[in-house]
Amino acid sequence: MKLKTALLGAAAVLVCGPAFAERGSDGVVNVYYYQAPSTMNPYLSSGTKDVEASSLVLEGLAGFDQDGMVFPRLAAEIPTTENGGISEDLTSITWKLKPGLLWSDGTPVTSADAKFTWEYCTAEGGGCAQASRYEGVTSIDTPDAETIVITFDGPKPNPYQAFVGGTSPIIQMAQFKDCMGAKAPECTDANFMPIGTGPFMVTSFTTNDNVQLAANPNYRDPAKPAFATMNLKGGGEAADAARVVMQTGEFDYAWNTQINPEVQEQMKAGGKGEFINAFGTLVERIEMNMTDPSPDLAEGERSTTKHPHPFLSDMRVRKALSMAIDRALLVEIGYGDAARPTCNLVPNPAIFASENTECLTQDIEGAKALLEEAGWTDADGDGIREKDGKPLHILYQTSTNAVRQDFQNLVKDWWTEIGVDVELKNIDSSVYFGGDPGSPDTFQKFYADVEMYANNFDGTDPEPYLAQYLCDKIPGPDNQWQGENINRFCDPAYDALVAQLATTRDLQERGTLAKKMNEMLTKDSYVILPLADRGRFSARSLTLGGDIMNAWDTELWNAQDWYRMK
Amino acid sequence: MLNYAIRRLVLAIPTLLLISLVIFLVIDLAPGSPMSQVPLTVPPEVRAKIRESLGLDAPIYVRYFKWLGQFFITEPAYAIDHIFGTNWADGRQRILSYQSRSPVIDIIWQRLPQTLLVVGLSYVLAVVIAIPIGIISAYRQYSWIDQTGTFVSMIGFSVPTFFTGTVLIWIFATKLGWLPSVYNTAMVVDSWATFWSRVSQMVMPVTVLTLFNASQISRYMRASMIDNLGQDYVRTARAKGLPERTVVLTHVFRNSLIPVVTVVALGVPTIFAGAIITERVFGVNGLGQQLITSIFANDIPMVQTLTFVFAALILIFNLIADLIYGWLDPRIRYD
Repeated sequence: MKLKTALLGAAAVLVCGPAFAERGSDGVVNVYYYQAPSTMNPYLSSGTKDVEASSLVLEGLAGFDQDGMVFPRLAAEIPTTENGGISEDLTSITWKLKPGLLWSDGTPVTSADAKFTWEYCTAEGGGCAQASRYEGVTSIDTPDAETIVITFDGPKPNPYQAFVGGTSPIIQMAQFKDCMGAKAPECTDANFMPIGTGPFMVTSFTTNDNVQLAANPNYRDPAKPAFATMNLKGGGEAADAARVVMQTGEFDYAWNTQINPEVQEQMKAGGKGEFINAFGTLVERIEMNMTDPSPDLAEGERSTTKHPHPFLSDMRVRKALSMAIDRALLVEIGYGDAARPTCNLVPNPAIFASENTECLTQDIEGAKALLEEAGWTDADGDGIREKDGKPLHILYQTSTNAVRQDFQNLVKDWWTEIGVDVELKNIDSSVYFGGDPGSPDTFQKFYADVEMYANNFDGTDPEPYLAQYLCDKIPGPDNQWQGENINRFCDPAYDALVAQLATTRDLQERGTLAKKMNEMLTKDSYVILPLADRGRFSARSLTLGGDIMNAWDTELWNAQDWYRMK
Repeated sequence: MLNYAIRRLVLAIPTLLLISLVIFLVIDLAPGSPMSQVPLTVPPEVRAKIRESLGLDAPIYVRYFKWLGQFFITEPAYAIDHIFGTNWADGRQRILSYQSRSPVIDIIWQRLPQTLLVVGLSYVLAVVIAIPIGIISAYRQYSWIDQTGTFVSMIGFSVPTFFTGTVLIWIFATKLGWLPSVYNTAMVVDSWATFWSRVSQMVMPVTVLTLFNASQISRYMRASMIDNLGQDYVRTARAKGLPERTVVLTHVFRNSLIPVVTVVALGVPTIFAGAIITERVFGVNGLGQQLITSIFANDIPMVQTLTFVFAALILIFNLIADLIYGWLDPRIRYD
């Protein structure tokens, strides 16, 4: 009996230990962001490093938890149609603030701050990096100090955009009121040391180097955070970040420790920390060009819908290319625990992810047979298939990056095996992703047959992401090559589904529609060949408790719960 | 000499203007765009707004003259306001970094101490170590001390700093755990304990850079001493019966210093440019690390301003080297 009581007592101490901890009782926590934050204002920079660091200080009304579910931060509860928070016609949402909220400077948080934040981000000339979070918002009303009513320009089936997640936090009106529009960058002190409601506040900031934070004395939970101060340091590269947690133990948490699987194993042997991962929506994929990128065409006609692709417009060729790839091997060599093979463009959340696993099995013979069937044969015996005297030649481009070049070489081997002549090209990422309409090498211009990169969507709802494949979003000279439909895919049936998704409110139905659309782009048409679902991959000290990895919001989303394991 | 210095300074103005134009053109015409840093999740309309707010849409000459105005008028005016409390710079926009959207000059000032402390200290140490080694190596040519010196400086000169840095980290941080591998720039020295932490985090980066710099300087010193030791005036000095100490340290040493001082003075601007690689390896985050991060991010205003400041420093130290040369060697006259 005594033993049992003692054990129970011990268990209670262990379980409740952190909960009873006092604010600031665990000293300093060291966090490493090898790309150090440039600013603490996420409205001025969309970089992950900046959004995540600022999420320690600035918070929205709600956030996304590790399962992608919306949970209240500054809001008292999550508005839904059931509790009347979302209007029946889905055109407005009403949030209520938790009572008695204070900024870290001790002044009250009011609905006016939220309204101001919206005005700040939509002000002319500010170039707000998170403007898309406020898309469709026509007005924000503040009937009282704790109520925020957001009105949209039409029904919004997914209203958890504005003020939800680390990318659209509420900033303090008193601090930012003179920083509207073009004046935003002039407020350096405010941008570097914003006053927030989060668990920490900035005590000193040096851009691209170091942020010193201290526990927010006015944080709404009086027992949190357990750490009195945080040292957030940057510099070096991913391997340095992994080393300082896993091998030397100088730091407690390191963001984005994407290193090759071999080095991952060496780091694990250090015994000071562990790698943690979480899978969101980032998918490394090969995109098929449905239009002809031939340099023989006139400038302005290359890779435009005027000329369909000579052979990639045949689905059998696209499918054969997909069948020849061993996705599991790619992941094993390139990413280790940081990714997993996938056939889906939308691999997560579960409700939107299709049961599409057919592509995971490599089938070289099947691919060869399919090419034969499509009329591509190797008549002259040089190992390259041809049709009507034209060889099956593919230009395969991507950005310069060690893992991507490994992928290119592996894929090239498989494609050569099925009789495809592959030419590889890699382009510096600052050009490839730079979007300069004058450059022939941007991924949007797509002057190649296939190309590889990774893309994802913000938050948990894939609607805007899937809407990128509308016929009218095809990049071309008339829109300065700014469209998002990189493949130049165009299917009226798909466009109809996009319209339907925009008006469907039931979550299950939205899931069914999204899966259907995902399949139309992948296994039904092979326009997109997803390769790997790349997770977030970070390192954590064995002495850091309370951290939960999250792929749906910022990684530091629950820093308020962190504590030192004794 | 004063006339000469003034003439050189005046001549430097068109040179600097030309340099600024060349740097601007090179950086601006290079492929790549700061927009490549913006995640793909940001839609094209928002991208266009960001481009506009950064001023990227203006023609190249407009941007160049804007930068010139900001660098030569707004920033000095702002500095004067800051010191004397005037308000000349009111309403003028300072040079803003694309990455942090904060004034570039402030970032440079903020980073200068780290760089001066680590890179500057290692340079001073290198000079202090290299000169005696060079003297002894030359005087006792082919002795064991000369052989060791040659061996160490060959290693120091030929092994890249990123390699020596990584090896030191592996031994002293990973295996032995004696020294921190990451430099904490936010550390405030207010007690003996923090002083020691500061020293221990400086040991590795300073060692790596000192080894590299000392190797170079000691070779120059040795070669110059050997040249002079064979001169007639040395034989004369010895024949006069001067003690060996005076011959070597007064006669030969002073004459041998002339080329070495020039090399040392010309190397000073590289202190400000930071040691890009070493700063990156140890997370010192000084000017070198800022430059490389900005190049990766296509932060044009930052790269432009930094490289221009370096160019100006190189011109200034060239002039200083020339002036010291004349002071050390009275045969050289400028007027």
